[in-house]
Amino acid sequence: MEGIGLNHFLSVSAIIFALGWYCVLTRRNAIGILLGIELILNAANLNFVAFARFSDRPIDGQIFTIFIIMLAAAEAAVGLAVILGIYQNFGLTDVEQTESLRL
Amino acid sequence: MQAGALVFYPVAALAIAGAALVALSTNIVHSAFALLGMLVGVCGLYLLLGADFVAAVQLLIYVGGVVVLALFAVMLTHRVGDPVVSNRSVGRLPALSICGAGAACCLVVFWRVGWQGERLAEPVATTAAIGDSFLKEYVLPFELASVVLLAVLVGAVVVSRKELK
Repeated sequence: MEGIGLNHFLSVSAIIFALGWYCVLTRRNAIGILLGIELILNAANLNFVAFARFSDRPIDGQIFTIFIIMLAAAEAAVGLAVILGIYQNFGLTDVEQTESLRL
Repeated sequence: MQAGALVFYPVAALAIAGAALVALSTNIVHSAFALLGMLVGVCGLYLLLGADFVAAVQLLIYVGGVVVLALFAVMLTHRVGDPVVSNRSVGRLPALSICGAGAACCLVVFWRVGWQGERLAEPVATTAAIGDSFLKEYVLPFELASVVLLAVLVGAVVVSRKELK
């Protein structure tokens, strides 16, 4: 691991975060926005694991990452269920035309 | 070039290329599949950081669960082949300037700060230590997580089922 330091991992994480941010800002399909949120969460997780690896207590950061992965899975399940519910009632997934969950 | 760098750069390139494809692809199906590449790349970075258990969790939950779920949602909603309908994007230029400026600021700071703790211990297997922490210091969040998952399970079913007329 000589030559590869903390800033290399942080740089990858920053680039992934910026791309996820861009995805959330520009997409108008709700599923596309959820994919962007997954990018952002992965960037945060990468930061947690990288800082943990370069610190004295390597386990704590990894525990945070596991909790975030769990909550991201829960968020994806509920988010996609909401999108499918909206689609069943209205036939669209565009966030600019969506105002309520039921008719 | 050292072995670490030899592994790091391809894996990081895979992660960034996947993320770029997710953010920039005009077809939402391509975005969903590109998420797979990004997740596998980040999993490789976890392995490089000596986080073997987190890497396994990443593969199991994200690649096995979230991507499949996203693909289901993409394919259950209509006209995915038509980018104008399925993946309209607005405000590209302002978003690009904001995100580019943010990323540039982050990168400048990361490379100018003198990070401490560059000397690394040898990576060890982390699964036993993580299991111990879950049942000692982190037992309350751990139990709370199971309640959250139960609520999510019920909530997702309630929200997505068809209304009974």
